[in-house]
Amino acid sequence: MDIGKILTILLAGITTDNMVLSKFMGICPFLGVSKKINTALSMSVAVIFVMLMATAATYPIYSGLLEPNGLGYLQTVVFILIIAALVQLVEIVLKRFIPPLYSALGIYLPLITTNCAVLGITLLNFTDARITNYGEALFNALGSGLGFLIAMVLFAGVRGRLEESSIPESLQGLPITLISAAIVSLSFLGFAGIV
Amino acid sequence: MNSIVLAILIVSAIGVIAGIGLSLASVALEVPVDEKQVAVRELLPGANCGGCGYSGCDAYAEAVAKGEAEPGLCAPGGAETAEKISALMGVSGGAFVPHAAYVRCFGGCAHTKKVFSYRGTETCAGVNTLFSGDNSCNYGCLGRGDCAAVCPTGAISVNSNGVAEVDDILCTGCGKCVKICPKGIIDLRPLNRPEHLEVTCSNKDKGPLAKKACSVACIGCGLCVKACEFDAVHVTDHLAAIDPGKCTRCGKCAEKCPEKCILVFDH
Repeated sequence: MDIGKILTILLAGITTDNMVLSKFMGICPFLGVSKKINTALSMSVAVIFVMLMATAATYPIYSGLLEPNGLGYLQTVVFILIIAALVQLVEIVLKRFIPPLYSALGIYLPLITTNCAVLGITLLNFTDARITNYGEALFNALGSGLGFLIAMVLFAGVRGRLEESSIPESLQGLPITLISAAIVSLSFLGFAGIV
Repeated sequence: MNSIVLAILIVSAIGVIAGIGLSLASVALEVPVDEKQVAVRELLPGANCGGCGYSGCDAYAEAVAKGEAEPGLCAPGGAETAEKISALMGVSGGAFVPHAAYVRCFGGCAHTKKVFSYRGTETCAGVNTLFSGDNSCNYGCLGRGDCAAVCPTGAISVNSNGVAEVDDILCTGCGKCVKICPKGIIDLRPLNRPEHLEVTCSNKDKGPLAKKACSVACIGCGLCVKACEFDAVHVTDHLAAIDPGKCTRCGKCAEKCPEKCILVFDH
């Protein structure tokens, strides 16, 4: 693996192919858990962690078990199964061996089980032309996770500002959140073409 | 046909492996949870209001199970929950006294003036950052309803006079409003008294200043102190306060008060 390619994959995951702001995956935590920077950070760290674990588990299963048997069409079903089991397992292991990390990420882990960003990254590893081997898939997961983190933290900052400004009554709450999400997303269009 | 069988086999195999793996893991790596903690948690209402001083019902249950916390701290649960938890823990828990929040101010739009026109975030915290608020009284309720917004049971509302008002029946005494009020004029008072008198004012200015600020402000004149036969009323910082322990609810102080800021509450 040459370092240039890895950097390209990481940068693409963060900017041009940003999970939330370009591919519109993982919108649920993006809107739901972005009220405070601290919770946004914990959630994103949990997402990065699970993305890496999920990619690490699903990539070999797809390339070793499903594809040779011509069962590529089963990937969505199988991946959901694997991710759900994996997150449960991670939760049990964390609770037993690293209680501080469990209490920090604990409430987010079950949420992530059904997060489409996690399922998305495992599926996109096979459609993205840049990803050719296991290592690159892992870096892609890391990059996308970092992109998720940056989007969450940026948006949590924006929402912090929203809390302090006077918003027209009809736009208060979710409407203004969606509008600002759209504007943040627009700003990421500026990255188009750099990678 | 073969590929269908193979597909079914592979998916079921993954499912079975994951299932067996998880159940093995949950047995092998089980973290022992205190049975008492689970039992206490089940008795709590689960409002996660934080009124007990812990981060939520789970944290409070843990503290109670370890014997670090009193059983009677849960405000929404009330006396019933306190009794059940005390029985479960086998301790004579501190007797639970229901509390309700109470706003020490009733001087609203009709009694005070606006000293400037505020255009900004419609929160008490916001308006309070500018010259202690736009109210002529620097101690009184700002009426933007920060307390109402934070109340988990909807017991507080800002009345037509622009002053926050608490509904004793809805209030669970969690104390969230007490913490959020930038003026610090919300108190928790016990609800076990049949009727009582309160100096419903927080103004600590000297008499003339207080009178200028609000037409129902306590001016610290001390007539109530003289009227009281039981030594229950005292004036500190130009503000009268009634000692609930000594007060016999005769109501003489309220009669004598020239500003009519001693109110009678019954519930």
